[in-house]
Amino acid sequence: MEELVQKLKEEIITALNLSEMKPENIDEKAPLFVDGLGLDSIDALELTVLLEKKYGLKINTAEEGKKVLYSVNSMAEFIRENNKG
Amino acid sequence: MKKNSVISGYCSIRNNKVVVDDKLLFECPSENFGGFAAAIYRHFSISYPKFHKMDNLGKLGFLSAELLLKERNINERYSGEKTGIILMNSASSLDTDRRHQETIKNRNEYFPSPAVFVYTLPNVVIGEICIRHKFFGEGNFFVMEKFNPSFMADYLSQLIDNNIVECCIAGWVEIDGDNFESVLFLVEKNRGTETGIVNFEAATIELIYNSK
Amino acid sequence: MRNVYLSADNIITPLGFTTGENAINMLEGKTGIRLIADEKISPVPFYASLIDSESLDTRFSSIGEPDKYSRFEKMAICSIKETVASTSIDLTGSRTLFILSTTKGNIDLLENNSFDKRLYLWNTARLLQRQFNFRNEPLVISDACISGVQAIITGARLISAGLYDNCVINGTDIISEFVLAGFNSFKSLSTGPCRPFDKTRDGLSLGEGSGTIILTSGPDASGNDKILVSEGFSTNDANHISGPSRTGEGLFIAISRVLQKSSLKIDFISAHGTATSYNDEMESVAINRAGLQDVPVNSFKGYWGHTLGAAGVIESIMSIYSMRNNILFNTLGFSVPGVTNPLNLVSVPVKKEINNCLKIASGFGGCNAAVLFYRK
Repeated sequence: MEELVQKLKEEIITALNLSEMKPENIDEKAPLFVDGLGLDSIDALELTVLLEKKYGLKINTAEEGKKVLYSVNSMAEFIRENNKG
Repeated sequence: MKKNSVISGYCSIRNNKVVVDDKLLFECPSENFGGFAAAIYRHFSISYPKFHKMDNLGKLGFLSAELLLKERNINERYSGEKTGIILMNSASSLDTDRRHQETIKNRNEYFPSPAVFVYTLPNVVIGEICIRHKFFGEGNFFVMEKFNPSFMADYLSQLIDNNIVECCIAGWVEIDGDNFESVLFLVEKNRGTETGIVNFEAATIELIYNSK
Repeated sequence: MRNVYLSADNIITPLGFTTGENAINMLEGKTGIRLIADEKISPVPFYASLIDSESLDTRFSSIGEPDKYSRFEKMAICSIKETVASTSIDLTGSRTLFILSTTKGNIDLLENNSFDKRLYLWNTARLLQRQFNFRNEPLVISDACISGVQAIITGARLISAGLYDNCVINGTDIISEFVLAGFNSFKSLSTGPCRPFDKTRDGLSLGEGSGTIILTSGPDASGNDKILVSEGFSTNDANHISGPSRTGEGLFIAISRVLQKSSLKIDFISAHGTATSYNDEMESVAINRAGLQDVPVNSFKGYWGHTLGAAGVIESIMSIYSMRNNILFNTLGFSVPGVTNPLNLVSVPVKKEINNCLKIASGFGGCNAAVLFYRK
């Protein structure tokens, strides 16, 4: 899980062009869509593209999106759950 | 055309040089625009994380406006509602259009990106400048083969003389493959011709544009 | 500042090749939007208003060889030709300006050649200029979804100032894989024909079309029922590049400026009404802030989809048709109000005297525009 979280942080930084951030600056428990990272609606869509492109996982509804994209941890959880077996 | 409008400053970013009001402020050899833009961002200690999300046209327009407006305090002299942005170029958003096309050309690797697509409209760079500087006024984007100083003079005069804008950032912002060129003018109403400030008219626009 | 009058016009969409043909079909409740399964444009079927290629080629064949022109060019040329033929004004002189309003031009050619000269919008405008012998170098306006309204505002401004006497404005955009993929990535496409302002609206339906209108300083070329264009304005929300301002800031300012210049009581509003959750909500906020919540308002997008660079032109033309024929078109696709601020949405066609129309639009980049068409 640790490895996945670390990898995710790096992928998020690349996908969202957060060039001035380092993985250690991102708190995996903290909400992604609060002032901290300043993420917006386009970022949310980009994260769903990231999940599809790198992990083959689709988010089907806006509600699901809100839950999955809540934090880095919730994203990692979603990946882990869906890549079982 | 009333003669009380002036060009109070300009910024050009081209040939790997940044020139503001006839002074060379920065020069940097670079293989591509991306590298040059990043170097300008760092050199002038600009702090605006959203910069890194912009496409090349956005970055070029943003940097030009940033350096054009630096330390001029136009927000103190003009309201955001009376400040306009009028831009022109030849390639529209083709540079980014090609990037978007890359993301969809192969059905097996079909991942269109909203962050790329949003920049496939040339006027979005106007939006970026407005967000940064809180400008709410008139905006327009014209696509033409070459920069046309007379058209810019005529059109802006209409906006200024009819009191639609009192201050206007206007000029040429172009990216097409390896070629990039930006010359942005700051046009103000009702300012005297102090040192370094020239009348706003086609001849002066052309002179500045041609001073490479 | 001179008056600016309206002369001939034309609309080409799946609902017809003339303004009149479009109107008749619209009054019968027809829509150009249908489910399209075309692997070339999209990996999954989608709802859009797509012009029948064969009909377009048949129409064009009396002008030129269909194989030698792009889709965009054929649509624009047919529309401009019809319009130019319907006016008495000589448009080949130095006092006429041609303005092209488009977001992407010949973008379907990008997949074959990234550096095709026809991708350059000014080049497309030149082709149209040559086709119709317009003397002056054309203007190309590309301001996302407000392009059409901005083109009318700009043309009117230049005529009013005395720089030109006539302005031929064409707005055209085509359906393409490029644009469809983009809006898909924004998850902003509808799952059925779009439902502007409706409670169950879930996104926009793309459309393609071409519209042409002639603006002129000479009242003689504008028929017996003279309709004029007011001074119009564009603004920016300065908020976000793809989402509209929650307070409708920019649109409110644009509407306010138009209202300040005219003391007329507004009879009708042609809204942008794309049927996305955010746009329609924002428009309801702006319209209420401007005190126009009781004014009959509609969206044309249910008939034609969102035609991007053509939208501002064809929707203005049909609004003017409404004025000339005293008929308000209903907002096709709308049944139950789904915005938080009250609006007087036209839900059935209504016969009513309409002496003016406020046309509004908003687009990516946070841009907004408003202009008034009125009978003196």
